[in-house]
Amino acid sequence: MEKTVEKPLYTNVIMAGFGGQGLMFIGKLLAYSSMKTGKRVTWIPSYGPEMRGGTANCTVVISDEEIGSPVITSPQALVVMNNPSLEVFEPRLQSSGMLFLNSSLITRRVSRKDIEIVKIPANDIAMEIGEKRTANMVMLGAYIARTRVVSKKDIFEGLKELFGKKIRFLDVNMRAFEDGMKYSQH
Amino acid sequence: MEKKFMTGNEAIAEAAIQAGCQHFFGYPITPQSEIPEYMSKRLPEIGGIYLQAESEVAAINMLFGAAGAGVRVMTSSSSPGISLMQEGISYIAGAQLPCVIVNIMRGGPGLGGIQPSQSDYFQATKGGGHGDYHMLVLAPHTVQEAVSLTMEAFDLADTYRNPVMILGDGYMGQMMEPVEFYKTSSPNLPPKDWALTGAKGRSANLVKSLYLDPEALEKHNLEINRKIQKMRKDEVRVENYQTDDAEVIIAAYGTVARICKTAIKVLRDKGIKAGMIRPITVFPFPYNDFEKLADKMRKFLVVEMSLGQMIEDVKLGLCGKAQISFYGRTGGMVPSYDEIVTETEKLVKEVG
Amino acid sequence: MQMDFEKIFERPKTLRPVATHYCPGCGHGIAGRLVAEVIDELNVSERAVGVAPVGCSVLLYNYLEIDMYEAAHGRAPAVATGCKRVRPDLVVFTYQGDGDFASIGIAEAVHAAARGEKISTIFINNAIYGMTGGQMAPTTLIGQKTTTSPIGRTSERAGFPIRMAELLATLDGAAYIARVAVNSPKHIIKARRAVKKAFETQIKGLGYSMVEILSPCPTDWRMTPIEAAKWVEEKMMPYYPLGEFKVPQKEK
Repeated sequence: MEKTVEKPLYTNVIMAGFGGQGLMFIGKLLAYSSMKTGKRVTWIPSYGPEMRGGTANCTVVISDEEIGSPVITSPQALVVMNNPSLEVFEPRLQSSGMLFLNSSLITRRVSRKDIEIVKIPANDIAMEIGEKRTANMVMLGAYIARTRVVSKKDIFEGLKELFGKKIRFLDVNMRAFEDGMKYSQH
Repeated sequence: MEKKFMTGNEAIAEAAIQAGCQHFFGYPITPQSEIPEYMSKRLPEIGGIYLQAESEVAAINMLFGAAGAGVRVMTSSSSPGISLMQEGISYIAGAQLPCVIVNIMRGGPGLGGIQPSQSDYFQATKGGGHGDYHMLVLAPHTVQEAVSLTMEAFDLADTYRNPVMILGDGYMGQMMEPVEFYKTSSPNLPPKDWALTGAKGRSANLVKSLYLDPEALEKHNLEINRKIQKMRKDEVRVENYQTDDAEVIIAAYGTVARICKTAIKVLRDKGIKAGMIRPITVFPFPYNDFEKLADKMRKFLVVEMSLGQMIEDVKLGLCGKAQISFYGRTGGMVPSYDEIVTETEKLVKEVG
Repeated sequence: MQMDFEKIFERPKTLRPVATHYCPGCGHGIAGRLVAEVIDELNVSERAVGVAPVGCSVLLYNYLEIDMYEAAHGRAPAVATGCKRVRPDLVVFTYQGDGDFASIGIAEAVHAAARGEKISTIFINNAIYGMTGGQMAPTTLIGQKTTTSPIGRTSERAGFPIRMAELLATLDGAAYIARVAVNSPKHIIKARRAVKKAFETQIKGLGYSMVEILSPCPTDWRMTPIEAAKWVEEKMMPYYPLGEFKVPQKEK
């Protein structure tokens, strides 16, 4: 997924996991930060009872041009944080798409051979930081490091605006994001 | 102006406030509860009124009371709740009261489901409640358009003294997009000299829909009908999307129309010249625009999140001049652009 | 020789000089007049708004010289809520029959009271559906014959009549709840006092107020007006005792 100068940006991603893992939040953060750089964006959640404890997912589309469908059948990238999400979304990933999976929790084997797989032990990395709830930011860091949809700086600015005054959480979330970036680069 | 990143539900609520609506009555139901939630926070901050009614039946009658007292007022709900409001909507139309009703549609019939749907099209455009009336029905396809149409809805309601509906689906409500709030200038609106504000310095006003004398009721209904004919003449809104060189036309509204835009891009990449006609007002329906297209094009595909409701209006518009095919998903299933591409290709290959 | 006359009785200003559609001996005419008298006495005709929903109540809007709504069956308390919330300076009341208030609109009635809406309800209890021609009401007494309880209401088939005053008096939002009757001059004087208290409760902002008025319906009871007045006294009052069930605790 290399960015070329001539072609306008168009990308999309589905993020999925347990309700409470913070997938909705990193999806919003990605969309918001991209909006701040002047991109068009859409964010669509799964909604209803599944948000409360079951699986939750959201779809983010980022583009330089008018966005048609906010609903994506075959995404270019997939961020999954638990087994059920991998099971549901793996078949839908585009050929040669990127799969970011949380290897701390996912035990299920990936069967597809036509995709690029990035395994991140997001919960373990988050535990090392001392805040297990930041596993979502580790995953987002990995996604940004590989796709470069927006910069680290853009994400951090978005994070500051979304978190507001809760600065204590800000630092730990920034660290989780950076560790996720670093991990996915080696 | 700075862009805000909001869900369709929140954006509709904020647009209403910026259009001068300071009064909201409603009842929670998925997938529109963010509208009452937003209103319950924002309206008290600006000295407005938010009230959670005991039911949708009560909520719509609170609108009747508030609109009758001459203020801008709104409610929102989703399909089963909108069904409960039909009696009140009929009374509001009969009493010629202006108000805005938002329907963020979910799958039916009955309790149905909570996922997006467009299966309340008949209810919204053909009546729903009893009697000779129509709502003016606006169907946005982006969050930004939801904002501008919501703002306009209040002016239209006041102009016509008629209920106006914003017809969206679950995705329209739940989706987040960047939006800007433009200050719109209101047209010259008629004075609300009919409102119930206390009979001070004037004779008493009466807000009613009861006319026991059939001659009087006929006269009253003809007066309502004159407004509806004026809407048909002056308020039709439609988007023609890449129709100029098209060999096949897709007809869709709301979120589905967006999905169709992506399908059209894919089709054009494959060398099939597809275009779209998108009703923005589903009542009044853009019959004339369909008829104009039918003079040039022969193939139309109607795509809906229902098993075929808008298609009946499309048929009326096309006057039998073109071949029509239909693709619909229902129950909360959303048609994908792949499916729409396949259906369009099928239609193109068929011998007309 | 010139004689001096003092006018001691006149038509209330708020009552229009028109003939009503009520049957001879009906209590609605008296109840409507009491409302008009109280509006005059409290000098609120320029800020009074009435809500008259479906039933014999509905045509009240033809008799009062104030702003009025005609509402859907049972929904008057919701309409009044919408009006009062957006224009708190108005004095808003509903005028409802028993089918309207105690049957189809009981949810709106109970919740308006529970919320403590600053509105007043004049509730006409005549134990029958009047306008539709004498069908059973939620307030129809056990044993009472109507066109839909031809052998008399039985509790086995139709359950028990509802005592709205007692029911609403249990709610914290209700500030003034009374039951009165308009079948005799003595009771009419008391009824007028209750209607006035209800309006005063609203004007002082103390909460919801409701006056239940036991009212004769000679036509649908198949009685003469005198028999009907007696029936209110002898049959209705034992089941629907008169009195104040709730009065404002502390006036703010």
